[in-house]
Amino acid sequence: MQFEFTEEQRLIEQMVGGFCAAHGTSDAVRRAMDRREGFLTETWQALAGELGLAGILVPVDHGGQGLGLVELAIVSEQMGRALLPSPFLQSAVLAATLIDRGGTEAQRAAWLPRVATGEVTCAVGVCSRGGAAGVAGVDARLLADGDRLLVEGEWDFVLGAHTADLLLLAARWPDTDGDEGVSVVLLEGDGAGGFPNIERTDHVMLDQTRPASRLAAAGLEVTAAVLGEPGSASGALQAAMDRACLTIAAEQTGAATAALERTVEYVQERKQFGRTVGSFQAVKHRLADMFVLVEAARSAVYYAACNAEDHPATASDMASLAKAQGTETLEFCAGNMIQMHGGIAVTWEHDAHLYFKRARASATLFGNLAAHQERLAVAMGLDSESGEVVF
Amino acid sequence: MKLSFTSDQEAFRREVAQWLEDQLAGPFGDLRGVTSQTAMVEERRSWERALGEARWSAVGWPVEYGGRNAGLAEQVIFAEEYARARAPARLGHMGVELAGPTILYFGNDAQRARFLPAIAAGQEVWCQGYSEPGAGSDLANVRTRARLEDGPDGKRWIIEGQKIWTSLAQFADWCFLLCRSEEGSRGRDGLSYLLVPMDQPGVTVRPIVQMTGEADFNEVFFDGAVTAAENVVGQPGQGWQVAMGTLSFERGVSTLAQQMQFRNELRDIVAAARANGAARDPLIRQRLAKAWRGLHIMRASALRMLSGGSEGALSGPAYTYKIYWATWHRELGELAMDVLGQAGEVAENDRYEWNDLTRMFLFSRADTIYAGTNQIQRNLISERALGLPKEPRGQ
Repeated sequence: MQFEFTEEQRLIEQMVGGFCAAHGTSDAVRRAMDRREGFLTETWQALAGELGLAGILVPVDHGGQGLGLVELAIVSEQMGRALLPSPFLQSAVLAATLIDRGGTEAQRAAWLPRVATGEVTCAVGVCSRGGAAGVAGVDARLLADGDRLLVEGEWDFVLGAHTADLLLLAARWPDTDGDEGVSVVLLEGDGAGGFPNIERTDHVMLDQTRPASRLAAAGLEVTAAVLGEPGSASGALQAAMDRACLTIAAEQTGAATAALERTVEYVQERKQFGRTVGSFQAVKHRLADMFVLVEAARSAVYYAACNAEDHPATASDMASLAKAQGTETLEFCAGNMIQMHGGIAVTWEHDAHLYFKRARASATLFGNLAAHQERLAVAMGLDSESGEVVF
Repeated sequence: MKLSFTSDQEAFRREVAQWLEDQLAGPFGDLRGVTSQTAMVEERRSWERALGEARWSAVGWPVEYGGRNAGLAEQVIFAEEYARARAPARLGHMGVELAGPTILYFGNDAQRARFLPAIAAGQEVWCQGYSEPGAGSDLANVRTRARLEDGPDGKRWIIEGQKIWTSLAQFADWCFLLCRSEEGSRGRDGLSYLLVPMDQPGVTVRPIVQMTGEADFNEVFFDGAVTAAENVVGQPGQGWQVAMGTLSFERGVSTLAQQMQFRNELRDIVAAARANGAARDPLIRQRLAKAWRGLHIMRASALRMLSGGSEGALSGPAYTYKIYWATWHRELGELAMDVLGQAGEVAENDRYEWNDLTRMFLFSRADTIYAGTNQIQRNLISERALGLPKEPRGQ
């Protein structure tokens, strides 16, 4: 039991922190927002190539780093600090986990090395209501037509679909529900950024650092494109979404830390009534409350990361716990960042709105606070007959 | 970074659990689940001595003073198992967690030899003499005075003044006392940290009945109370530094035991919510889940705080720990009452005596006040952790 970073983990934090500070400046983030891709290609190439982070979760024998969830959280926290736009979440976390957990040996060998280098980026579609509905929400249909398999349905809020080389789309057998009968199909692009027979609508998203699209398919043949065995993907999909929640929670922690630090810096410069704004107790106490929530989020994230390795059975619940805390923390901190900066923070020019919009977007991504807390309510045993609370 | 324990540590856990079970299913059966600091005091004195005899009283202390020299993981395990077994509130906790570590760190060899074994053996109970009617949040404003005088057995301290909110004073053998030993000094200067025997004519203890109807705290009057000249920890006049050192020990492993107590309370609230249907109310479900989340976070923060103890400066969780648990617990009290409904407002018999949850609802209002109010905590966080300007002092 040693609940602090190892020397190696500290080095990762420093290295990735330095990278994000250099590549995630306000100017760079805004340039990325203005690009169709929503990220800077050279940043992603460096992230994937120099740092190897596209393969952070990919096993070593498939060309990745094979690192654990604590390292994933460290890296994500640093990316969140800078709001660094990249395909990391959808490609290195969601897709890498799905392929690794759900793919056949041939599929893993074919795709994981290319995902690990960042040469291929991926997008994952869960359902017509986005990832928030969870595995049970999967509503596209996988239909058997003789020897052929066809997929039809819609997938909304698919992160990075407009630049992806590989699409992973969830669908279920007709007349199944919950985690029964769920498959994931794996579709390769045409190399020119397109997916024949997939209709794509790119959204203008509130959070411009995280573009998303709606996809639709009608009777698309996927006979040879199912990940693993048809109908058996719910475990892999759940694991991928749990890791996405942990990643988002770590990003939220990092973003909240940055919001706090920037605000502390500002209130020490800004003067009113002949004194710095940061000398007023009303301001100091608000900042102290932000600090308390930031530390709570950091505790939750690393607790969930460690727990997932020691107790896989509760990994999903602890990811919900971290996501709930990360959401509460970042919404509070980003909102207060604006309040304590005053008027300047409601301008486009100031970065506060970027944190505020990330707070909102990451609150809803893969389930909002109430949804995750309801999962905790079930996990703690509120509905169990035995009467025992699970801790 | 890892949260898991080694197989040796798990074996230690089983040993602790077995010993506690043997005692609490056997000779100390009446003490299981006793959370009140004022109930069954004589039985709890025996319990302290039994813990001491088996070297469970202060597992982290050096062996020569009655401890086991146990590492952090073992201390964590002991604290968790103690609470899991619902072993009684520690009568010795002020000695084991505050006086002892202070004497170990700031005291001299003679003081260590005189006081530590008796604490670890459960023979001497301690209380803390810090707050005064005029020195609450502003602790440096203490007015209780001590002066060195010649006595029949050499020099001795004579103490005059009043302390307040002193838990366990009515049962304590010794008090660690912050008092002003330099005439005319102000603020943090000129204070001394004295060790004072409680059983003497110059010490009067008067219980304070609080809103629960019970008396967990006391006023303590020192009217010519005496202690030997050597019973000063650190240099005379340097008591503030020692007193602050004591407060830093409050962020110790015992916080984990406190959390297990919180866990027991949450379990009781959930049981009540299931029984009366409140567990199906979506708003109550959200609040119960939020409380459960906070409990996990407290454990994680405590482990971060304890793991990061080596670096000198306080870590983030060390700054936030007090305000987090106090606020969480106060909200738990409110949640308990919302779950219980009006039934929680009715005493179980014809006396003004309360079930554990209603009592917790009332008592938890003190949590955000003692050991540094939430407002003081926010000052500390903003000034020390965030580097913002200090509050101006009045004249």
